[in-house]
Amino acid sequence: MNTMQRLSRVDAINWNRLQDDKDLEVWNRLTSNFWLPEKVPLSNDIQSWNTLTDKEKQLTIRVFTGLTLLDTIQSSVGAPVLMEDARTPHEEAVYTNIAFMESVHARSYSSIFSTLCTTRDVDDAFRWSEENPTLQAKSQLILERYRSDDPLMRKVASVFLESFLFYSGFYLPMYWSSHAKLTNTADLIRLIIRDEAVHGYYIGYKFQQAMAEATPARQQEVKDYAYELLLELYDNEVRYTESLYDEVGLSEDVKKFLHYNANKALMNLGFEPLFPSSVTDVDPTIMAALSPNADENHDFFSGSGSSYVIGKAVATEDDDWAF
Amino acid sequence: MLASCAPTPVVGTLVYFSTKSGNTHRFVEKLGFAAQRLPLNRDAPVPRVTRPYILVTPTYGGGSEQGAVPKQVIHFLNDTHNRSLLRGVIAAGNTNFGEAYGLAGRIIAKKCNVPLLYRFELFGTDDDVANVRKGVEEFWKRQA
Repeated sequence: MNTMQRLSRVDAINWNRLQDDKDLEVWNRLTSNFWLPEKVPLSNDIQSWNTLTDKEKQLTIRVFTGLTLLDTIQSSVGAPVLMEDARTPHEEAVYTNIAFMESVHARSYSSIFSTLCTTRDVDDAFRWSEENPTLQAKSQLILERYRSDDPLMRKVASVFLESFLFYSGFYLPMYWSSHAKLTNTADLIRLIIRDEAVHGYYIGYKFQQAMAEATPARQQEVKDYAYELLLELYDNEVRYTESLYDEVGLSEDVKKFLHYNANKALMNLGFEPLFPSSVTDVDPTIMAALSPNADENHDFFSGSGSSYVIGKAVATEDDDWAF
Repeated sequence: MLASCAPTPVVGTLVYFSTKSGNTHRFVEKLGFAAQRLPLNRDAPVPRVTRPYILVTPTYGGGSEQGAVPKQVIHFLNDTHNRSLLRGVIAAGNTNFGEAYGLAGRIIAKKCNVPLLYRFELFGTDDDVANVRKGVEEFWKRQA
């Protein structure tokens, strides 16, 4: 059932006449966040790379290859199918940016490989990615939704990819960074993580708008499908995580990171988080690698006070807020 | 016996801004406190507050200080009367933005000489709602 009105013809895009000003807001965010891997001095990580054991190197290359596959799917299939469902020309334009940036992300992993790794090890990892059952399963679960004719479920799948599936992979560079390893690589990954947040937020916003127009029965149906898909992806992610991280003893903490991000993916879709805080308590050093001082939260309310940010009051004017 | 299900701040109120995505609106609704929403339309007249308040705001951007505070919030705070009644700020954001997580809150806290009370992501978890509910109640009690 298709409740959305797709664009049937192409008119010249007029950015001065907006149907939805969120489109321009997000366009501006994405374009001001633009970056290329060349701006990150990856070669400074060569020395650090050489301190990793062979197993750790293999794990890292495999994790990045898995991420490359997700970026490739999102660039070549995900963003283009969302474009088909776009309801404003500006929304289409935002997806062209998302498609391109996903290509930049995929390309970045190859920059990391060519800087740090041997060709043979990388070729091995790509072969691994083609044969690994859990990696292929997540790809299939997403592609099935992309190829369906359900614009709402396409967006659900897309938000789960952007806001949930990447994180079994993102964990590792944050882990290395928290151990002062591969810190330039981590800087590059942080740029990707920042982009994915905007993608997940925007696609989730468009999803919620379309949901609001659906009948209550349809809303319930889509919500049920969404939680069902999340749980299916989650079960697979747990297996994927264990297959990669068991031998370095990190699986349990990676799973917490999965729970934390699954909640955020659901929230991007407007749904309530699923996992209680007792299973989302990711190692604080990982959270700090992701967002320095993220754990200073509620210090003020709880009385420890280190986040009591206070300064000298100054007169405020529009222009000195650096807007 | 005092009912604890419908807490009311002793002194102040909440003022908040939320874009069309409605995340901050949803968080404030869950708190259940009296709250005033700032208009989305940038050309709308700037509202004036009459009581001390805590400001709840999203963070725009994802990196630089440039544009982190929503323009509607800036307009509201440029009014000296409004600014004089600000007692604290709560900021929404996303840890994916790294150091810029909840940046709008830090900018406002520094600029207006008030504490950054709390940060939460998207529309907040149940824990966030409980922490802020309790924290805000105690905050106003201390101010009373």
